[in-house]
Amino acid sequence: MDVVQMLQRQFIDYMNSLYSEYYLDDQFNQLQKLADESSPDFVIEVVTLFFQDSEKLLENLSKALEQPVVDFNQVANHAHQFKGSSSSIGAHRVKNQCVKFRAYCEEKNREGCLACLQELQQEYIVLKKKFEILFQLEQDIVQKGGIVPTKD
Amino acid sequence: MESCNCIEPQWPHDDLLMKYQYISDFFIALAYFSIPLELIYFVKKSAVFPYRWVLVQFGAFIVLCGATHLINLWTFRIHTKTVEVVMTTAKVLTAAVSCATALMLVHIIPDLLSVKTRELFLKKKAADLDREMGLIRTQEETGRHVRMLTHEIRSTLDRHTILKTTLVELGRTLALEECALWMPTRTGLELQLAYTLRQQNPVGFTVPIQHPVINQVFSSNHAVQISPNCPVARIRPISTKYMPGEVVAVRVPLLHLSNFQINDWPELSTKRYALMVLMLPSDSARQWHVHELELVEVVADQVAVALSHAAILEESMRAQQQLLEQNVALDLARREAETAIRARNDFLAVMNHEMRTPMHAIIALSSLLQETELIPEQRLMVEAILKSSNLLATLINDVLDLSRLEDGSLKLDNGVFNLHTMFREVLNLIKPIASIKKLLITTNLATDVPEFAVGDEKRLMQVLLNVIGNAVKFTKEGSVSVTALVAKAESLRDARTPDFIPLATDDHFYLRVQVKDSGPGINPQDIPKLFTKFAQPQTPANRNSGGSGLGLAICKRFVNLMEGNIWIESEGLGKGCTAIFVVKLGSPERSNGAMVPFASKPLVNHIQSSFGGLKVLIMDENGVSRTVTKGLLMHVGCDVLTVASSEECLLAVSREYRVVFLDLSMPGFDGFEVAVQIRKRFSKRHERPLIVALTGSADRLTRENCVRVGMDGCVLKPISVDKMRSVLSELLERRTVFEPL
Repeated sequence: MDVVQMLQRQFIDYMNSLYSEYYLDDQFNQLQKLADESSPDFVIEVVTLFFQDSEKLLENLSKALEQPVVDFNQVANHAHQFKGSSSSIGAHRVKNQCVKFRAYCEEKNREGCLACLQELQQEYIVLKKKFEILFQLEQDIVQKGGIVPTKD
Repeated sequence: MESCNCIEPQWPHDDLLMKYQYISDFFIALAYFSIPLELIYFVKKSAVFPYRWVLVQFGAFIVLCGATHLINLWTFRIHTKTVEVVMTTAKVLTAAVSCATALMLVHIIPDLLSVKTRELFLKKKAADLDREMGLIRTQEETGRHVRMLTHEIRSTLDRHTILKTTLVELGRTLALEECALWMPTRTGLELQLAYTLRQQNPVGFTVPIQHPVINQVFSSNHAVQISPNCPVARIRPISTKYMPGEVVAVRVPLLHLSNFQINDWPELSTKRYALMVLMLPSDSARQWHVHELELVEVVADQVAVALSHAAILEESMRAQQQLLEQNVALDLARREAETAIRARNDFLAVMNHEMRTPMHAIIALSSLLQETELIPEQRLMVEAILKSSNLLATLINDVLDLSRLEDGSLKLDNGVFNLHTMFREVLNLIKPIASIKKLLITTNLATDVPEFAVGDEKRLMQVLLNVIGNAVKFTKEGSVSVTALVAKAESLRDARTPDFIPLATDDHFYLRVQVKDSGPGINPQDIPKLFTKFAQPQTPANRNSGGSGLGLAICKRFVNLMEGNIWIESEGLGKGCTAIFVVKLGSPERSNGAMVPFASKPLVNHIQSSFGGLKVLIMDENGVSRTVTKGLLMHVGCDVLTVASSEECLLAVSREYRVVFLDLSMPGFDGFEVAVQIRKRFSKRHERPLIVALTGSADRLTRENCVRVGMDGCVLKPISVDKMRSVLSELLERRTVFEPL
């Protein structure tokens, strides 16, 4: 087996693991389908945008929760935004975390929100790492002259 | 001188003796004279003296005796002859009268004596009567006591009060020392001391019921005198000083509740008795009188009656209680039944979904399979599969529809559809079957039947199919004719349903469809049964036809939902049959938009793969989501412009944009306001871009809001590539796309 095939095999396995562990869901698959000749880096662009957006949102969230008097509406809004973006790219676990977060916001439970925020940050960091690995693999495959396999 | 002839006295005139005689004679005469005077005086005084003439006689006798003695006074000295004569006369008379009187007395004295005895007798009688009066008065008193007692007993329906009162009153009336009531125990083998007069709380003495004395008392309905040493009478501590008073016992019949029959007198049907024991005061030497015993017996009977009344009352209260409990139980059962019905409905709903999903999969896949390359045998098999699954799907739908129809939870799915096309489709479906049976099918659509109508196309088709299908099914030979026309108000009045008065207005019309067949017809008596579910009139014609009998019942309910009416006319067996139904349909041109056109077919006939640069505007506040949607639309070949806020959207929107996608994900979003603004700006329909909402929530409210503000579509996120393609295709073809929920 040559290097490209091995890399491709690795890539496929990694993708499958991401799906099976619910880090990603079908929406990501749809996203990948949108990548064509006219926009080959569509997925990378969207994911990068997601990271920028998320970091901003996470910062806003922690700032809002550190206030002496927490404006839960604001917090809920941010969470909703985060939920929207994560579901748009298919980040399943992050999205679920956002849903939980919103629930705590409805209850105006500051402790719950803080705990949830921590978890959210965790999930986000993990996902980011995974994406970085994935993209690295993609780049390696392309560099070695192979084509990136797509999920059926 | 003639001297008297009297004998010379032998003795010399003794003056003393003479004097005494003289005086005595004088007094005797006096007495003799005064006695009749006294007699007359007293007789005159008294009213009753029967023997007056005896008195006269006696008086005469006495007077003469007196006279004799008086005259004797003169004979002591020398007296004349006249005196002698007088004396002699007097004596003679006296003798006569005396003898007469003596003789008379012989008769009179016994009479007088008998008067005396009669008097004694009467006195005795009077004394007797007095005594009897006393007795009667006593009896009267006791009678009053009994009445009062009875009244007291009967005035209460409480068993214990009755018995207690009895004892108290009896004790008072008869001045008893002690009065006790012994009741039989549950086992019936013993008598237990239940109530006493003097003792407050009787200790539970029991006495075995098989005692000769007790048996004796129970065997007669009289009050029986018993020995004070009998166990039932030994209630109080015996002290040897006193001589115990006499004791009487009487039975009190107790009515057994289960044996109670109004017609039977207690004696016949009861076997249980209570024992009432009455004790006279000790050391009183009183005896039980007959009238007292009678009183006791009467009271015992009254008590029995009163107890029976109390028993009836208890019984009726128990029955009432039972009824109440039954009512409560029934209520509970009803609620449980309702719960069960609701559970069944829920179950049906779920099962329906569960059953339909695989059914649809089977049907869809088999139809897809049909379109591939197949050898003839395979094709036959696939067709068979398809037919069976369609049948099954229909049955599932029917059953579910019927249960939903009965709950009233079914709602019509109204939409605009082509009436003429619908008829054509139905006929195309029926024609093959009819041609096999060599039946002639004719259709006649009146000219005033509009081409388009607003209603539930699917269900109307179902009704039509069912009716025509029945006609074809039951007709062996001949023809089936289908006529459809717009009904006029007068022609719609059916005598069968006088309360159904259809009013045609500008918004709607009544479609009347008549299906006439030349089949075996129906007995007019069976016609009402036709519309009841699962009941099929058993004629040789339809025994082999199958079907569950639901068809007409469902049709009737659908027709009723469509505010119409369905009925069948037949002149009798062998004379064919006509099915007629009238339904209310809306007129599409003049509808005021109250009915929003929902897409009835989710799949469009052809889906464009590329939309050739269709200009599209996306409004989404979320950057990532915006990018994704943009990528999606660009992938399917659209020319996309994205904006991030409503102001930008309103600025950017223009005639060249065919579609505007508004993302509703943001709460408190004024996407609806944007839609209203866009509609306002572009009054002419063909100039206005189509507005579609993208939302992640599938609830009814969001959809209704979209419809309310006049959006042309509402699509659920997440959207796949294929979904976007079909959405756009449908949008462009129908100018509306609302995803079914």
